Amino acid sequence: MDKLPARNLDFTADGSILVFEKLCKSYQLGAVELKVLREIDLVVKKGDYLAVMGPSGSGKSTLLNLIGCLDRPSNGKYYLGGHDVSTLDDNELSAIRGRHIGFVFQSFNLISQLNVLENIEVPMFYQGMSEHQSKVRARELAEMVGLGDRVHHRPSELSGGQQQRVAIARSLANDPLIILADEPTGNLDSQSGRDILNILDMLYQQGKTLIVITHDEDIAKHSQREIRLFDGRIDKQWYNR
Amino acid sequence: MFLYRTKRTLKLGIKSLWLHRLRSTLTALGIIFGVASVIAMLAIGEGASRDAMAQIARLGSLNIIVKTVQPPEDQHATGQQQSLQEYGLTYDDAERFRNSIPGVQVIVPVRRVAHQAWYRNRKIPVEVIGTVPWHLETSPIRLVMGRFLSNYDMDYKQDICVIDERVMNELFKFDDPRGQFIKIGSDYYSVVGIVSPQPIAVSSEQQKAKDAEASKKQAGANAGNVYIPLTTVKNRFGEMSVKISGQSGANVEKVELQEIIVKVANADLVLPTRDILQTVLERFHKKTDYELTVPLELLEQAKRTQRIFSIVLGSIAAISLLVGGIGIMNIMLATVSERTREIGIRRALGARKKDIIFQFLSETLLLTFAGGILGIFFGCTIPFFVTHFGNMPTVITAMSLLLSFGISGAVGIAFGMYPAYRAANMDPIESLRHE
Ligand SMILES: Nc1ncnc2c1ncn2[C@@H]1O[C@H](COP(=O)(O)OP(=O)(O)OP(=O)(O)O)[C@@H](O)[C@H]1O
Ligand SMILES: [Mg+2]
Repeated sequence: MDKLPARNLDFTADGSILVFEKLCKSYQLGAVELKVLREIDLVVKKGDYLAVMGPSGSGKSTLLNLIGCLDRPSNGKYYLGGHDVSTLDDNELSAIRGRHIGFVFQSFNLISQLNVLENIEVPMFYQGMSEHQSKVRARELAEMVGLGDRVHHRPSELSGGQQQRVAIARSLANDPLIILADEPTGNLDSQSGRDILNILDMLYQQGKTLIVITHDEDIAKHSQREIRLFDGRIDKQWYNR
Repeated sequence: MFLYRTKRTLKLGIKSLWLHRLRSTLTALGIIFGVASVIAMLAIGEGASRDAMAQIARLGSLNIIVKTVQPPEDQHATGQQQSLQEYGLTYDDAERFRNSIPGVQVIVPVRRVAHQAWYRNRKIPVEVIGTVPWHLETSPIRLVMGRFLSNYDMDYKQDICVIDERVMNELFKFDDPRGQFIKIGSDYYSVVGIVSPQPIAVSSEQQKAKDAEASKKQAGANAGNVYIPLTTVKNRFGEMSVKISGQSGANVEKVELQEIIVKVANADLVLPTRDILQTVLERFHKKTDYELTVPLELLEQAKRTQRIFSIVLGSIAAISLLVGGIGIMNIMLATVSERTREIGIRRALGARKKDIIFQFLSETLLLTFAGGILGIFFGCTIPFFVTHFGNMPTVITAMSLLLSFGISGAVGIAFGMYPAYRAANMDPIESLRHE
């Protein structure tokens, strides 16, 4: 496992983690080629808090899947920590996802037959962390998101906001370079949503790199930098702070 | 590290199997029945085979048995009031065998006479067997007490006898037979030894039918064997025997020897020797008044039959195991599509394809091994009941346990591989979107 390049990922000299060069993604639907992302150029630096906005179908989730190495670009270059992602094989992509990327989904995506602690342990298990170490770390993370007293509960016994907090704890398990969140508050009431945003703010303050998709202007205000997608292109981008 | 991963994966497997207890149990039933039937079938097959082998082995696998039979043309000789029939093996035959066959170890000529034996006021029917001191070398009977016939007895035509345990029990009850005299015909013979009774040898279906006929003919006719030196028998009983047959009246038969048993030094010599004996007999006997039996040949024939028997039984059982395997595959495919989302999550969290394969394969293997172990348990109890209530011998070999365990493992891998492979190759994005 140690021979994977995933272990050696690091920031380039100018502090950029992620570089897109004319990145394209298209789907072949029968004879028609559906271009979802068109020549995206993007640089994300360590400690950035990026909000991705845009109308439905503009390609936000597609972009996030590419960043998270769940998908491969059709064209263009994607450098993550100085490595060309398109040259990596499936095992290496898996390792990068597990080690350097933390996912937070709109629908939480916890594993229903595992309890809170076990859910948080899943990414550590795939990185080969020892049983004891991963237990200790999982408990720490659960406490950090305010669920120290719920560690043995199943997801079905938790509220939506609590489930999303577990998901955030899980995304932090391997201390990743980037945290990717696709509408993390989309399924939550406003109070739970605010809790989640507070946690994200806290992570930003701790120096984590965050990329968050949202439809909500108020949420986007929390970020340091916003980009707006339209029809597969970056329409606008600006800095909030 | 590897151990921890395996432990963790197995724990996870047990957990999700436990979550669907009924489904897992029903699926495992296919394997349980499959494995149980493989073991039970092989045990029954093996039992039957060993039984047959043991019966044939009693005849002696190095022996060639030449028997006197009444030639077919003589059986239909009618019309005459009285006739003299002379047929069968002769002392000359025995001598010829000795001279013409290289590698022959032992030749035992046997003369049998049905007679009655007396001790005090008790009388039982016996078969008097005139034989030679080295008779025991070709026969499964053992000396239990005293001694067998000796060369001295042969040379001087001693009036001594060796009786088997059945005769001893019938005739002497609680007395020590050694040194006592039994009366056969008008002569007294001193008992010098006791041997174990002759086991009833069944050699083949054909032979079985013949034996049944023969034993019907002399139903209750003989209570056991009395062994007397061949020379003494020749002297005392002569070679004539009178048969009263139905309407045609009395038949006088002259038969010198009922049986010649030839024992060779090793198994390779059995068939060539049989051929030589055949040639010798054909040359000197005008009628086919003899029959050659080769236990080794019967043994090989029985082995062939048993092998076919085992293959048939085994295939039936294997088919049921196959059906069980298909059942497992079916359920695993259902499980995989049910857990598509979980697979997507795990992939997003860093699971490699082989981690997913390992997870689902270990679930299948758990199921098949649990089924295999239970199957072995039932497979071992079924033969027990068959032996007890069906009165059939069964033998459970370690081989069959290993085989069925191996097969259930192989079934697990073979039928678990495809669902696991399918799970691993699902597109993570699609799986995450799956509801
Ligand atoms: N596997 C696929 N095959 C074909 N087309 C696809 C596929 N996945 C996504 N698309 C198309 O790509 C486009 C962008 O989808 P995407 O999910 O990125 O939109 P989005 O910006 O996340 O929208 P929303 O805000 O509704 O989540 C859509 O038009 C969609 O139909
Ligand atoms: Mg989306």
